[in-house]
Amino acid sequence: MYKLLLSSRYLRTRFIALASIVSVMLGVATMIVVNSVMSGFSAQMRDRIHGILADLMVETLSTDGEGLPEELIEEIHRIAGDYIAAVTPTVEIYGMMSFHFYGQEIYRPVTLIGIDPEGKDLVSPLRQYLRSRQERQDGPRTRPAEVALSQPLDWNLSPSARAIRNEWVQLEAMRARYSEQYVSPASGETTDFDAEFEPATDFAANPFDQAPASAQDHEPIDPSQPQPARLYVGEGLVSYPDPAPDGTARQAYMVAPGQDVSITTIKQGKPEPVSFKATVVDLFKSGMAEYDSSLVFCSLEHLQKFRGMMAPPSRQPLHAGSTQAEMDAWEAAGRDWQANRNLDWRDGKFTTLQIRLKDYRDAPVVTDLLRRGLDFRRFQVKTWEQKQGPLLEAVEIESAILNVLLFLIITVAGFGILAIFYMIVVEKTRDIGILKALGASSRGVMSIFLGYGLALGVVGSGVGVALGLVFVRYINEVESFVSWVLGHKVFDEQIYYFREIPTAVHPMMVVWVALGAVLIAVLASVLPARRAAALHPVQALRYE
Amino acid sequence: MPKPASDYLVAQALDKSYHKGQHPVPVLRGVDVRINKGEFLSIVGQSGSGKSTLLHLLGLLDLPDLGRVMLQGSRIDDLPSATRDELRNRVFGFVFQFYHLLPELTLLENVLAPLMIRCSAMEYWRRRREFHDSASEMIEQVGLSHRVRHRPSELSGGEMQRAAIARALVGRPEVLLADEPTGNLDAHTGGEIMALLTKLNADQQLTIVMVTHDDSIAGQAERIVRLREGRLQSLDEAA
Repeated sequence: MYKLLLSSRYLRTRFIALASIVSVMLGVATMIVVNSVMSGFSAQMRDRIHGILADLMVETLSTDGEGLPEELIEEIHRIAGDYIAAVTPTVEIYGMMSFHFYGQEIYRPVTLIGIDPEGKDLVSPLRQYLRSRQERQDGPRTRPAEVALSQPLDWNLSPSARAIRNEWVQLEAMRARYSEQYVSPASGETTDFDAEFEPATDFAANPFDQAPASAQDHEPIDPSQPQPARLYVGEGLVSYPDPAPDGTARQAYMVAPGQDVSITTIKQGKPEPVSFKATVVDLFKSGMAEYDSSLVFCSLEHLQKFRGMMAPPSRQPLHAGSTQAEMDAWEAAGRDWQANRNLDWRDGKFTTLQIRLKDYRDAPVVTDLLRRGLDFRRFQVKTWEQKQGPLLEAVEIESAILNVLLFLIITVAGFGILAIFYMIVVEKTRDIGILKALGASSRGVMSIFLGYGLALGVVGSGVGVALGLVFVRYINEVESFVSWVLGHKVFDEQIYYFREIPTAVHPMMVVWVALGAVLIAVLASVLPARRAAALHPVQALRYE
Repeated sequence: MPKPASDYLVAQALDKSYHKGQHPVPVLRGVDVRINKGEFLSIVGQSGSGKSTLLHLLGLLDLPDLGRVMLQGSRIDDLPSATRDELRNRVFGFVFQFYHLLPELTLLENVLAPLMIRCSAMEYWRRRREFHDSASEMIEQVGLSHRVRHRPSELSGGEMQRAAIARALVGRPEVLLADEPTGNLDAHTGGEIMALLTKLNADQQLTIVMVTHDDSIAGQAERIVRLREGRLQSLDEAA
């Protein structure tokens, strides 16, 4: 009883002890704030990576891909169907995107991902990153989303993109006329795929390259119609920060949805480039700079066709007994092929299957099942975390190191407690003698000081936890205040891609930090407490 | 006044020396003291004669180098430290020259301290009424009822010493060990304290062992033991 009484009395009457409470408190509060912000950042980042990728990926080992996507999807369903919500095939390949901007040809290295919008929609929440589906801050005004977020992903142009296209087509036509006047026709090579007609192509390889010469005649190309191949382009690829006179910077776009860009990539099987034009349907911004400045989503079937991953319509119907209807159907298919219409990704090859699980916690199980079930010489199975392993690991390590450093701060506070307690023990030497004369045991005296340390730790970390949580709760207000004081933005949305500082408070983290701080306070009081216990009562009583 | 014939608290051939560097400084050299139950004994001696040390040895605050301390016929100085702590708490009450109250606690809490030390927190909480009553009673006996909530720093020397006596007696000890209880007080206040001690001895048959250097104070006890340079010099019957 006297232990409790004296511990609490010492706590209330020794103001020097407040210094150590404050240091414990600040250490705990800092740790909570930093951890919350770091885990907020990392959770947001994981969300964004996860949003672009999918839960699981089955990748073919060769960049040429594998055919018969439907069969493999069926097999995957057979192996782990219970866990799987959706599967969609994609083609991933490196490429180059080029476009005109103020009379310059601009080139960007890109990663092309051919997707089927319906399937991709089921696998990852890509649509929430599309610009036409987001509210946008345009200067002082907020523009509402042009397309409802609930609308399924598709390759249609939004009304404003259509308007931009009409305007842009006219400008392009003017530009073409203008350049014809000054540039000699010989050097005016065009990259238009449809014009790249070579009659000498091997008939067996591609019979429709030799399709009726009239094909182009009775299919006049309307320039205002968008290209068959469509793209979602990462915002970072086509924008740059444009500094305004008042010091702020806003994003300026070099390509707007509705315009065409040229895509160059390689054909399958041989290192031979292929170029095609495609219409940008939308821009996306996931917040992961790495993705936003390298990814281009392309319509899967066109990417398959241009890369030669899709076989042309079979010549099978053409035999002696073919009916006229069969002939017509074949010819129609041929015209569609030529015009890149009505293509179906099911006829082509894929390089990656993206899988969405019913519950991501099953990922290890499903990964294991698929690794065992699929031919390992042809496919490898990865979770999105494994695919982004180095980045996620770097974040983990960073946060671990930061935690160690911050814990050292609390340890420093612990040494402060040690020093202050030593002082208090010396100051209280006579009282310790009195207590012993009154019959207190050495252990009792020791527990006074251990209890004192415990009380310091509990009070310090309690106040620290409260302070930290309040700080985290109002971190954006704090940020704007600090920005106001310093006169420049501390947390720039342009740099971090977040409008607000993301935070995530994990209760277990708070508990561990608080417990750690209390433990350090108690450990720091062990030495002074032992010294107090070891005091000889007579010498302690004589102490002046 | 009838005295029990048996020796109550006995010191046999106590030797004690302190070390100053390499050299042992002898303080007590074979001291024998017998104290009867209900007796008021004064130990007189000059500074450095070892009288305080003798008191500490009797009260188990310190251990003798040689010799032994017996309580009711059984040796107590070689008991385990937990038992010695217990004896200090239950059998002996200490009063010091400089009062030695705990500055953080109020007078009442100071008086309660031995009871708090005796009991676990749970037991203390259960019996706090009883303890409060006996502490209040003790404070009343020493005449400090109006000072219960005061801190030691707000009390005068005499009041502090009376509080210390109340603290020493609240646990109903068998023996009161007083180390120069009047040494820091003026003659008048010292007289009050001595009157209180004499009264306690007379009314409650409390065994008191008092150490002093002042012969006139010592004279108020029943019996006087004189120490010089660590040796017992003479035994005077005061009465």
